[in-house]
Amino acid sequence: MNGAASQEQVLERVRASLGRRYRQERRFRLYGLASALLGLMFVGLIFGTIISNGYTAFWQTQVLIDVYFDPAVIDPGGGRDPLELARADYNRLARAALTELFPDVRARRDRRSLNRLLSSGAAYQLRDMVLAEPELIGKHRAVWVPADDEVDMVVKGYIDRSLPEKSRRVKDRQLAWIDRLADAGRLERHFNAAFFESGDSREPELAGIGGAALGSFYMLLVTLVLSFPLGVAAAVYLEEFAPRNRWVDLIEVNINNLAAVPSIVFGLLGLAVFINFLGMPRSAPVVGGLVLTLMTLPTIIIASRAALKSVPPSVREAALGVGASQMQMVLHHVVPLALPGMLTGTIIGMARALGESAPLLMIGMVAFIVELPGSPFEPATALPVQIYLWADSPERAFVERTSAAIIVLLAFLLLMNGAAIWLRKRFERRW
Amino acid sequence: MQFETLLLILVAMTVASFVLGRQRAVAVAGRCGGIRALHSLPKYYGYYAAICCALPGLALLLLWLGLADRVVVERVVDSLPAELRELPEAQRSLLVNDIKNIAAGQFVDPGKREELAVAAELYLSLKDSSRRILSGLIVLLGFVGFGWSWLRLRPELRARNRVESVARIGLALASTLAIFTTIGIVASVLFEALRFFDRIPVSEFLFGLTWSPQTALRADQVGSSGAFGAVPLFAGTALISLIAMTVALPIGLMTAIYLSEYASRRVRAWVKPALEVLAGVPTVVYGYFAALTVAPLLRGFGQSLGLDVASESALGAGLVMGIMIIPFVSSLSDDVINAVPQAMRDGSLGLGATHSETIKRVVIPAALPGIVGGALLAVSRAIGETMIVVMAAGLAANLTVNPLEAVTTVTVQIVTLLVGDQEFDSAKTLAAFALGLVLFVVTLLLNIIALQVVRRYREQYE
Repeated sequence: MNGAASQEQVLERVRASLGRRYRQERRFRLYGLASALLGLMFVGLIFGTIISNGYTAFWQTQVLIDVYFDPAVIDPGGGRDPLELARADYNRLARAALTELFPDVRARRDRRSLNRLLSSGAAYQLRDMVLAEPELIGKHRAVWVPADDEVDMVVKGYIDRSLPEKSRRVKDRQLAWIDRLADAGRLERHFNAAFFESGDSREPELAGIGGAALGSFYMLLVTLVLSFPLGVAAAVYLEEFAPRNRWVDLIEVNINNLAAVPSIVFGLLGLAVFINFLGMPRSAPVVGGLVLTLMTLPTIIIASRAALKSVPPSVREAALGVGASQMQMVLHHVVPLALPGMLTGTIIGMARALGESAPLLMIGMVAFIVELPGSPFEPATALPVQIYLWADSPERAFVERTSAAIIVLLAFLLLMNGAAIWLRKRFERRW
Repeated sequence: MQFETLLLILVAMTVASFVLGRQRAVAVAGRCGGIRALHSLPKYYGYYAAICCALPGLALLLLWLGLADRVVVERVVDSLPAELRELPEAQRSLLVNDIKNIAAGQFVDPGKREELAVAAELYLSLKDSSRRILSGLIVLLGFVGFGWSWLRLRPELRARNRVESVARIGLALASTLAIFTTIGIVASVLFEALRFFDRIPVSEFLFGLTWSPQTALRADQVGSSGAFGAVPLFAGTALISLIAMTVALPIGLMTAIYLSEYASRRVRAWVKPALEVLAGVPTVVYGYFAALTVAPLLRGFGQSLGLDVASESALGAGLVMGIMIIPFVSSLSDDVINAVPQAMRDGSLGLGATHSETIKRVVIPAALPGIVGGALLAVSRAIGETMIVVMAAGLAANLTVNPLEAVTTVTVQIVTLLVGDQEFDSAKTLAAFALGLVLFVVTLLLNIIALQVVRRYREQYE
């Protein structure tokens, strides 16, 4: 009788607490959901900010001017000597063309601020045109030339016109001129090819990621050529040949620890060993490639070993059974079967290497470099380092360009990771 | 001879050796009972000849790449007039740089002495002759090696075994690279750090409270050694890492719990890779995000509350670093939670516990060692992270626990001390290596402990 009563009591208590417990359950579940959503929100926020800041950089405002290729300016001697032609003052042509459009602007100061609407790249463009086609001299030609980055910002609507004139870099008078140009149909946004082709520049409208992308390409090439064979070889040895002893244990511990060493420490290694001890050139992609090789090797080795492990022992036994030597068994049967997994690991390692910048700062790949590198031994920067450099620049136009460079970098990373996933899906085998 | 041509010749000789060796094996076998008389397949005799031809030359080439420039530079320095030769080390290396620049035909200050031009010429001629000697030796070694294999080639030669053992040695060498990397890291960092500790006592570095390496710029200044007390850096690193972990640990852990315990298979299949995108974003992007978006946001928010938030506050950098670590924590916790045996969950549910009670009282305690291990790995990640703090944290070393102020970290200081042109011997640059040593040791310890904890936990349920 006592038991029945206590049972009743227990049930009572359980029932009474049930509502609270269910509420707790729901709350807990909600926390989990909220965390997952928060994480997703961060993904969206980062991508949203970068893309909304950067997509406009793929277009660049250009101005249509009617240039008179004045022989008196370009080639006073009349000899058509290319050296002479290259040295002429093309700025004057561009300025003259602009003055023609605004005959009412007279005062020196006004003229100067009018000239500031054009990029200094306009002169280079005119020079290249003349050098490519000397017959232009003495003729009139309508030319689209890049506008100054401030004009670009106004056209893209990044500059708030309602601000007082003093806190704007573009003055009221210039705004009026820009509007006049736009009304006359002489202001258009064109695809910004210079952004993809040229190297760094102090002028945002002339700066591009071409040099940095090429530097990254050379670096990844060096890294791939070194780290894939070395990584696969090391993995094959450790997985298939290595005896179980202290030495091999030491190697394994080392690989696991190296995978977690901060990347900047690899940069210190590169600075001390490659540059100061071996006397390799500073800022060269080949040194960057070497450092990144050491950094990605552990990743590749670990992935390759996992791929080798997944090949069933029956394959090995069958090969040995028909008389293959151990080396033949590994090279003819095991490695080909494990190759997709190894490639996947390598691509992921490469993607990480592409996004890495801290060690590159250590080995001097942060220089301001205008020329495109012609080989892995010439000074260059890399894409992430270019982003870091531009992020420090005060001009509004560089904010846009930094974001655009990030978009390009992320696109490459997405492509590489996508390739890795495709490779895994395509060749994955369940034994 | 151009370097590329040399390589091409070496490759051509190797290929020729392969073909000739193979043919010779077949020919020799033909004389004594056909191809079956050979110990190995004919191609192995070809490989054998190719290896004999190329390997000595390649070894020489590697040696030359490592040493030639040093030897040449030494000879050039020896040829310089005495007063230039006896310059201090740092100036001499500048001089050598000038000589190399002249030799490369680059523009060099015309005020430079006549001697340098002479030295540059000597440098060029020495380089040229060393390259010529190298080419000759490599070709010679190739012929000798091939000739040797030609003479030794007999049907009973165990060519396959030899080729395979060479290949095996190659594989083993590749695997030791990891050890050499570690040795390289330890040696380079330790060596420079020891030179730093010659000038600044270890105790001052580890326990000093002021960090201002910039004062060391002028050599004639009183107390020019600057202040190298690294405690503010350690404190700043700890503060930012702490903020990062406060963000990442709860969010990452709860996400992992939600995804592994509650979410349906379809949600999981979409949300997990989407979150892993965060792990693939380069850190420089996070740094830019922190500096461009988060810092102004925090500043504005602080102003509306009447707080003064520094534009390079520890909070901003820490928050963004936390976001970066979320996927790391969540995927590690996910693994650990999935490793908890289903029987334990079933037991708890069978006794009438709700799902969340099961998770809180059974699953998490069981998975705790693994989670702690994962958290330690995340901490070591946060400590070693560079780009976010370089772009979003401060440069001045403040000893403070206020997250709204700007602090600096170990990695930021390494970067600022080493980026740009500096002589390599100043206490300033050496200090960067001392900081690197601390960073390496601390992250290494954290990793070893974390891996140990995780491994022990795994064994518990296997």
